[in-house]
Amino acid sequence: MVNVIVDGIPVNVPAGSSALQACEAAGKEIPRFCFHERLSVAGNCRMCLVEVVRAPKPVASCGFPVAEGMQIKTDTEVVRKARRAVMEFLLINHPLDCPICDQGGECDLQDQAYGYGSGISRYHEEKRAVTDKNLGPLVKTVMTRCIQCTRCVRFCTEIAGTPELGAVSRGENMEITTYVEKALTSELSGNLIDICPVGALTSKPGAFQARPWEMKKTDAIDVMDAVGTNIQIQVRGGEVKRIVPRVNDDVNEEWLSDKGRFSVDGLKRRRLDRPWVRVHGKLQPVSWQDAFVAIARRLDGVPGSRIGAIVGDLCEAESIMALRDLMLALGSPNLDCRQDGAQYDTSDRSRYVFASGIAGIDEADALLVIGANPRHDAPVLNARIRKRYLSTGRGGFPIGVIGDVGADPTWAYENLGAGPETLHDLVGGSHAFTEILKTAKKPMIIIGQEALVREDAGDVLALCARLAESVGAVAEGWNGLNILHTAASRVAALDLGFLPRQGGRSVRGMLSGGVDVLWLLGADEFPVHAIGPETFVIYQGHHGDAGAARADVILPGAAYTEKSGTWVNTEGRVQRGFQAVFPPGEAREDWRILRALSEVLGHTLPYDTLEALREHLHLGANAVPGQSEAAGGQGGLNARPFVPLTQGYYLTNPISRASPTMIECARVHAPRTAVAAE
Amino acid sequence: MAGMDRALKAFLLTEIVSGMAATFKTMFKPKVTLNYPYEKSPLSPRFRGEHALRRYPNGEERCIACKLCEAACPAEAITIESEPRDDGSRRTTRYDIDMTKCIYCGLCEEACPVDAIVEGPNYEFATETREELMYNKDKLLSNGDRWESVLARRLELDAPYR
Repeated sequence: MVNVIVDGIPVNVPAGSSALQACEAAGKEIPRFCFHERLSVAGNCRMCLVEVVRAPKPVASCGFPVAEGMQIKTDTEVVRKARRAVMEFLLINHPLDCPICDQGGECDLQDQAYGYGSGISRYHEEKRAVTDKNLGPLVKTVMTRCIQCTRCVRFCTEIAGTPELGAVSRGENMEITTYVEKALTSELSGNLIDICPVGALTSKPGAFQARPWEMKKTDAIDVMDAVGTNIQIQVRGGEVKRIVPRVNDDVNEEWLSDKGRFSVDGLKRRRLDRPWVRVHGKLQPVSWQDAFVAIARRLDGVPGSRIGAIVGDLCEAESIMALRDLMLALGSPNLDCRQDGAQYDTSDRSRYVFASGIAGIDEADALLVIGANPRHDAPVLNARIRKRYLSTGRGGFPIGVIGDVGADPTWAYENLGAGPETLHDLVGGSHAFTEILKTAKKPMIIIGQEALVREDAGDVLALCARLAESVGAVAEGWNGLNILHTAASRVAALDLGFLPRQGGRSVRGMLSGGVDVLWLLGADEFPVHAIGPETFVIYQGHHGDAGAARADVILPGAAYTEKSGTWVNTEGRVQRGFQAVFPPGEAREDWRILRALSEVLGHTLPYDTLEALREHLHLGANAVPGQSEAAGGQGGLNARPFVPLTQGYYLTNPISRASPTMIECARVHAPRTAVAAE
Repeated sequence: MAGMDRALKAFLLTEIVSGMAATFKTMFKPKVTLNYPYEKSPLSPRFRGEHALRRYPNGEERCIACKLCEAACPAEAITIESEPRDDGSRRTTRYDIDMTKCIYCGLCEEACPVDAIVEGPNYEFATETREELMYNKDKLLSNGDRWESVLARRLELDAPYR
């Protein structure tokens, strides 16, 4: 630690800190454009100039390391004059088009020009103009506004791991460009919009639609992947206009995946806004009462063992629990949340979550990825892996991969094999990578869904557990045996025991005619056409997707922006999101639908309010996972390699499939994924 | 004494006489009443009357949907929706002013960076129904087209003081 005096305030900061950090520790605000906490220091905007006693000139505080006893002054005439001068230089080539700029109202340059600028311009010569670049369907560019802070270049290179942006020419002619016109390939490209301090990079789908001061802001949790990214939903006029990330260092730092950010336009398309009942093979709009009566009639006399329920990927814990309680009241043991047919070891909670925590990646010193494509499954988590990979230097974070991590996972890895037999070699110790894992202090194993949806998933899991045991990945104070989920609802459903009970059937069993009545709670990601023709399907959800098309009764539910709910992310973190808008039309919050129906069915659920329901909600440490069917172990390993489950990144759930922006992204990136698949 | 004075004035009709004298004098002064609506009083260039959305001389609408007027409006009478036009420029798809909410403070005009929304000299826009006072973009633009020469002149006259 080093002692520094900032404006007469003594502060104690770690050695190696920058003067800017010292100033922040003293509570002084330093204006900056190019400096960003999570990026490397560039020092090219010069806005953060401060005066250091006995230094001949003002110094750029972002790149100036502190020394013992250093005295920094942030509020002297010299500093103020320097800031005014820098601001005047920056504004020389910045257009005065704030009224048509989407950044207007939340622009760093606007705010800082107001706070630190001189108020007038002495520049009367020609301003420069730069041609706009086409960066694909997500990021809109107005390059004349660029102040060349190079945050975007550093973000792409360091965080996203797709070094596609760069600068050409120098001085006044410098331009940020992709060199060859191309769409950004990163799944984190939306963060460029947040990171750009001016309006050079803005949202293309949301262009010109709303001003920041018009938005009503609500905290929520992203459901597009299982990371549980903390988001803020911004609403204008009852319509979700945009979603931006919130800072949570333990989960998403300050990033948000493109799917979470840009699939908002899917929230107002293909929505189920009223109940439907199939009459003579055709869906007819009906009232809630009629829909409930239709269900009650059909359920009348059906034994509990012939009723099944499947939970989809986007559901919140409250509705999962309401459905579980209803099914158990009806005497049904056929519960399942694993649409993809994955198998988990539910004997202990730590065995089906990302046990080390997402922040645990920052401590790991060797990684084995089994049957996962983190870049597609969880882009924000992948950025964490890349951060660890970069921070340890070359070879400091060896990564082994079994399966297919895609063409470019954004970190260097050693391809160990394609299927479970490699795992066998690793456990046997005949593989070189076993040594690497063994020598590591905190080895980490990430098991993806690709490894768990197989028939031999039980054996794969058992092998992984043995491997973890032998290399010390599961030790006192460190549990590096991690499951990477892709469904936002999965861990909550496992916590709530939404699994086949004694004698119950799994998804596969329910599909092949095992049940007469099938309840789909937002479940669309399984082969819907495999449902037996005689099965009566009740679809409760928010989008007219595969499940609703097959349904006999449709109950319109609420999307994640339209209900207050609890989500449990892949690491088992229990988080709560709040309602930002109301569900469209006659749609209602899902737990309310189940509560209302339970009364019609004569099995009234014991809660009338969300608060009362939450008292019954046992998640996290209080979870009581249900008994799953015996997980594999008999069939033995098969040699089939781990294969990717989803085609591409963008169209993986009902909301994103309804989103024109995501469809456009999938179209733009289709050739690339086709090449990658070969 | 005071009582006698008052009685004398009443007897001699002095108040009537002075009143008639005032009337008689005024007969020879110029008239101040106006024969409205055939005659109208002069207006300051800053008079804040009915709103109008102006166009550039080439016919392009001035409004760029920056929404500053909407933000500035203390009565929240302005409602704007915007999106990119086909040529990529920022334009309003909806520009409504509720003239029954408007307090004619002129802040929208002050906030406008392109002199698009202005309050013109027209104060004769009374209607028979409230609905007619919910102005939309077409109405405001047609106001602008109708009053453009006057509006431009008034802005020019007021420019030195801005």
